[in-house]
Amino acid sequence: MLHALVLLPLLGALSAWIIPDNRLRPIVLPVVATIHGILTALLLGNAPLPSPDGWIWLDPLGKIVLLCISMLFAVCAFYAVGYLSYRQERSNRVLCVGLLVCLSAMSMVTMTQHLGLLWVAVETTTVSMAPLIYFNRNARSIEATWKYLLLCSVGIGLALLGLLFLAYSTYVADHHATLLLGPLMASARDLNPAWLHAATIFLLVGYGTKMGLAPLHAWKPDAYGEAPGLVGALLAGGLVNCAFLSILRVYQICLASGTEIRFFQQGLLVMGLISMAFAAVFMARQADFKRMLAYSSVEHVGILAIGLGLGKGALYGALFHMLNNGLTKGVLFLSSGNIHRSYSNKTTGVVRGALTRLPWSGGIFLAGFIAITGSPPFSPFISEFTIVSSAFIEGRYLVGALFLLFLVIVFIGMALTVLPMVMGTPPADIEPSDYEDRLLTVGPPLFMLMVILMFGIWPPVFLVSLLKDGAAMLGVQP
Amino acid sequence: MNLFADQLLVLVMLINLVMLGTSRLIFSIRAVAVQGVILGILPGLIHPFSTHLATITAVIILAKGVAIPYLINEAVRKAHIRREVEPFIGYVPTLLLGAVFTALSFVFAEQLPLAPEHKDLLFVPASIATLLTGFLLLTTRRKAISQVIGYLVMENGIFLFGLLLSEAMPFMVEAGALLDLLVGIFVMGIVINQISREFSSIDTSRLSALKEE
Repeated sequence: MLHALVLLPLLGALSAWIIPDNRLRPIVLPVVATIHGILTALLLGNAPLPSPDGWIWLDPLGKIVLLCISMLFAVCAFYAVGYLSYRQERSNRVLCVGLLVCLSAMSMVTMTQHLGLLWVAVETTTVSMAPLIYFNRNARSIEATWKYLLLCSVGIGLALLGLLFLAYSTYVADHHATLLLGPLMASARDLNPAWLHAATIFLLVGYGTKMGLAPLHAWKPDAYGEAPGLVGALLAGGLVNCAFLSILRVYQICLASGTEIRFFQQGLLVMGLISMAFAAVFMARQADFKRMLAYSSVEHVGILAIGLGLGKGALYGALFHMLNNGLTKGVLFLSSGNIHRSYSNKTTGVVRGALTRLPWSGGIFLAGFIAITGSPPFSPFISEFTIVSSAFIEGRYLVGALFLLFLVIVFIGMALTVLPMVMGTPPADIEPSDYEDRLLTVGPPLFMLMVILMFGIWPPVFLVSLLKDGAAMLGVQP
Repeated sequence: MNLFADQLLVLVMLINLVMLGTSRLIFSIRAVAVQGVILGILPGLIHPFSTHLATITAVIILAKGVAIPYLINEAVRKAHIRREVEPFIGYVPTLLLGAVFTALSFVFAEQLPLAPEHKDLLFVPASIATLLTGFLLLTTRRKAISQVIGYLVMENGIFLFGLLLSEAMPFMVEAGALLDLLVGIFVMGIVINQISREFSSIDTSRLSALKEE
């Protein structure tokens, strides 16, 4: 059944490639997404045992990421049908194929225990997303694609060197190189510290680039700003979480080594705080609302890194936040895509009074803004609160205080962009557009909003136990 | 055999410096291809023969020595350019920087203890030096093609280190990594083509519309 998660999207990609009709082709997306979602639900309840060679195992950490990816993809897939019906002027073949190949690679990321295979899958997600950023085929989007492709490829290359260092450290220790997570963790204490240290640095920098942690985030605002809304949603909620899972794997090894974990956590804390600071600075007076969402993503990967860097109780919060951030970014990117479509513009100079012009999309965007800035009753509030309260419980007052300070600055900065966009009256001289809110373009983000509202008010029992299992894998005593 | 391997590794480092000093793109592409072929030969020199090893040699030479240089060559041909003009930092300064980086990589390599059978090999310094050369090319050159070449040199550096492990690594992972690289270069080739169509040039300093006001 695990194999089906990887093979099914590939099969879908093949049929999307073959189908000649531009209107019919996007239907493949929701079909594949629905089956993928059902399989995911079945696997979450009853995951198979690890494969005999130890390469494939859907562990609790993988399950959390898989849950997020499957849900996000399903929502984006239904949205894509509605969105692409407005974009019939250009072929959507590459878009559909790319999305499905990416889904396949992301599913592989969640279930593999072999770090080499994990790397191959992460690199595949990077390459398969590149043509999608270029969907709009103009000068700006080609620039964004180029930066994304080059910077992420270089970052991932550095992660590969880190992996090779890691494998070599096992070779020095017992003349048998391995990149399987189980044996690596079992022998972590005997690994040569110099090699392990070098490996950790390269892996942190490499996967940190892919995740978009400052100061390695240079590609992010451009790529998120120019990509279509649904591609942005998958970048911010899918690829980011795949990179975060890779960092979690490194964390597991560092934890097992006993000595390396202090350095790794320190590195994560510093990068996390820098990310939040960068986001706070650039969020203020950001005229382009899609770029604003990119900086929000930089902020939230910073929060994830801080949660991981603090360890202990914050780990539960970090895992929960990974899920919440992914889903909330879905809400924001999809609804902002609608607003962009309606105004044919994404700067706050033109986009005003979205609530009047597009009551549904505007309302969902506003609610998404309230959720992502960590206001109750939505679930990001709970996860951020868990992280910050654990910082104070552990006596890390400086980290906790900076965390809160940056959150406040980001809230104000984001509000200064979002509120004028949504409130007020739409400019009179704006051209009418053929876009109007329909079930297929409003329903998916609305559904996602309901999900994070439910996670915030009444988190399902299975989710809480899954997150606890995940935190236990990262060394939290249950 | 180790002596021959070391000589090849020195050759790799010399090619790095040659690439930093030249402005002719075709020449750079050939140099990368030669590096790729050396990368393919090296595992046969340091590991005992096996079919696994022979396959790896063949795949590396095919991918890095033939297929990828061909793809870049095509991109150069389509974009009608021959030379890298006016890099951000001149050729002589980058050449000097390259030499300094090579020296530093020997210092860095001293810190990392190699397994006894690899003790007298230059793999680690050569790998780090090549990686840093790739970085230099990436950051100092303007043309998109030169940047792709820089990325390839960097990847060569990473693979160079991986060769120490080529016996122990599963074939699937190596093949997957090479395939990803190949597809990545393919996509970059397409993007370069689009850039040259959109801007009538592949000068990446023109890619500057996206920034904070």
